[in-house]
Amino acid sequence: MAKIDISVKILRYQPGKDEKPRWQVFKLAIEDEATILDVLNEIHWQHDGTLAYRRSCRSSICGSCAMKVNNRNVLACETPIHRFGTKLKIEALSGFDIIKDLVVDLEPFFAKLKRIKPYLIVDKPLPDKEFVQSTAELETIGESTLCILCAACSAACPSSWPNQDYLGPAALLKAYRFVFDSRDDGADDRLEIVNDKNGVWRCHTIFNCMEACPKKIKITEYLSRLKVKVVENSL
Amino acid sequence: MKTDEAKKYHQIDAVIVGAGLAGLRAALEVAKSGLSAAVISKVYPTRSHSGGAQGGIAAALANVGEDSPQLHMFDTIKGSDYLADQDIIELFVNEALKTVYEFEHMGVPFSRTEDGRINQRPFGGHSSPRACFAQDVTGHVLLHTLYEQCLKHNVFFFNEFQVLSLLVEHDLSRGLVAWDIRNGGLHVFHSRSVLLATGGYGRAWKVTSNAHANTGDGVGLVLAAGLPLEDMEFVQFHPTGLYKHGILLSEAARGEGAYIVNDKNERFMKTYAAAKMELAPRDIVSRSEQTEINEGRGIGGKDYVYLDLRHLGKEKILQRLPQIYDLALNYLKVDAVKEPVPIQPTAHYSMGGIPANARTEVIKDAKGTVVKGLYTAGETSCLSLHGANRLGCNSLQDAATFGRIAGIQMTAFCRENGFNDLPADPLASAQAKIDHLWQKDGKEKHADIREELQVNMTKYMGVFRNQQDMLKMQALIKDLQARYRKVAVGDHGPVFNLDLIEALELENLLSFSEVIVEGALARTESRGAHFRTDFPKRDDDQWLKHTLAWRRDGKIVLDFSKGVVIYPQYQPQERKY
Repeated sequence: MAKIDISVKILRYQPGKDEKPRWQVFKLAIEDEATILDVLNEIHWQHDGTLAYRRSCRSSICGSCAMKVNNRNVLACETPIHRFGTKLKIEALSGFDIIKDLVVDLEPFFAKLKRIKPYLIVDKPLPDKEFVQSTAELETIGESTLCILCAACSAACPSSWPNQDYLGPAALLKAYRFVFDSRDDGADDRLEIVNDKNGVWRCHTIFNCMEACPKKIKITEYLSRLKVKVVENSL
Repeated sequence: MKTDEAKKYHQIDAVIVGAGLAGLRAALEVAKSGLSAAVISKVYPTRSHSGGAQGGIAAALANVGEDSPQLHMFDTIKGSDYLADQDIIELFVNEALKTVYEFEHMGVPFSRTEDGRINQRPFGGHSSPRACFAQDVTGHVLLHTLYEQCLKHNVFFFNEFQVLSLLVEHDLSRGLVAWDIRNGGLHVFHSRSVLLATGGYGRAWKVTSNAHANTGDGVGLVLAAGLPLEDMEFVQFHPTGLYKHGILLSEAARGEGAYIVNDKNERFMKTYAAAKMELAPRDIVSRSEQTEINEGRGIGGKDYVYLDLRHLGKEKILQRLPQIYDLALNYLKVDAVKEPVPIQPTAHYSMGGIPANARTEVIKDAKGTVVKGLYTAGETSCLSLHGANRLGCNSLQDAATFGRIAGIQMTAFCRENGFNDLPADPLASAQAKIDHLWQKDGKEKHADIREELQVNMTKYMGVFRNQQDMLKMQALIKDLQARYRKVAVGDHGPVFNLDLIEALELENLLSFSEVIVEGALARTESRGAHFRTDFPKRDDDQWLKHTLAWRRDGKIVLDFSKGVVIYPQYQPQERKY
């Protein structure tokens, strides 16, 4: 383990002080095995306490620390600096209003999630024990349940940027997750919600969401399956 | 819910602090009854650290092997090194099945058996395959499912709020005061009942599996309110923390058959727990590991050993343990299909916490006097379900089951009780904390004090403890507390002031760490996760009792008059695996 010198350019925005975001460069020495989150912690704890960012679990499961590093959306906690070399450029996710520095306003993101009825809807009587679900049925939705709602996908989606009303990949993926759950009875409702110009049809299969997803979920593929289901359901 | 935006005042039936499994499960129960429930969390709910739990949730469904709640009960008692209260365990093991079936009905994507039922895997200290799992992301899917249900049932969420004071007077809860992290400003939450479900306190250690958020705010608030904490010296060290990072690699790896080996490629658990091997309880595996390291048999003589998954084969690793595979690859560049993974013990779980009875009501003394309207559940509570050592998979079950019980109890309480008067100046104590940190003449940095605390807690208050080390830690904490009074926060902006939040959290870390050290110094025995090299034996004659601790006039006061609930059929025995 050795220390290396790095240069970190961060897009800063301090509400009440800055009229618009500005770049600031920090130069520091840090262990070569450090992650982007380690770099931000080091700057915040030792160089500039005013730097704001979100983080919690450090193990890529809580979804707090999605941000843009050298133009890629990543989770800061799981991304080693050596992936980018000694010159880092760190900024907030695109497509969201900046609250302060790397912290963006996620309220619209969570509000969209709520619109697709993101919960199992069961009309049939509940069994005494569990619903029987085959491994094949589970596998249909398995990968989609790994979504950590980090918003990296929505922030990478060119269809989302100009159109704030578009549900976006994360909410649509959640719709897929329930529509295709063998236990769910709410598909008709949800398919009607996503069958809209700002629903599933706004996805133009650009694949940016898939490339940005830290959980490697095949989002575009699932959204395409959702489109097919919408068509089948309306026939 | 009634809100006066201008006055930053909210009136809500049930206020729940913490959005992990315990908090959300309670909120769901209250909201379904038609009363108003608000969850206050310093992070967005899906960021809560329940999502970090990987391996499973324990319940004797008997889907895979023979099992019963009675077996689950005995395993938990033995795992606790007989310090757990057996009436609590009895309630827990019987409710556990319902909790899991409810989760399944809410949509949790559990992994399945061939006939489509919930799959179960073996776990440390459990005598039957009892861990109901979803690959190795069980906590994640449980947390997201509960959040979804809370959205469905219109639970109110105050995301990114930091609670600064409990409004408790004359043994009655009246509400609390919280800082709005996003916008700045103090808010008063006036409620009939309050639940503290703030999770663990592992952030007091440098090497930890805990999230940045796990700073023990709930236990800090309770101490500041003049109420006691219970059994705080019992902190679990997880044997398979990712080397240097401390990040959790689930016990599920060993449940699926992984080995732990030393420098000589020996499965050294045969020396310490021949019958259970790697699936002995965590306190025993962590101590064995640390002994190997201390005696020079760490890898290359260093401070780690190996978790070896290679014999499981690529398919099983990627199908059952994909998160573990990714973590090793991303953080250590180790391909677990081809190479063993470096691991070391990591501070993981807080057995101690806020004392409460079986109804999750917070109690204020050894007699069990209740603080009316104040409840606690999950890792921050101490009922005591886990005693001196928790079994894997019992934590998610604990949070969910007692979260549900808390919700039921709070609902009943709210129906019978009105809103108690707020204190004359409810904001006073919270405002004073912030004013103090925004003073201009302080010279100390909170980051330096926290670093010193964490490094030394790992050094002196780890798997093995002794009086000399603990006295050093005791003196150091006093010194750090004095330095804390000189901390100044440079950032005076109201919006997302991370600097301010971290300084506020540090006050909690310093406060409860002192309780941990005092309890550990007083308890001159070894039991479960509390192991003293100077008192290496369990001492039931003297120490089969709980520790209660208060902060009074700046000093920690201990009380050992709270006994352990023990049933005639489960008398303490020697604990062998």
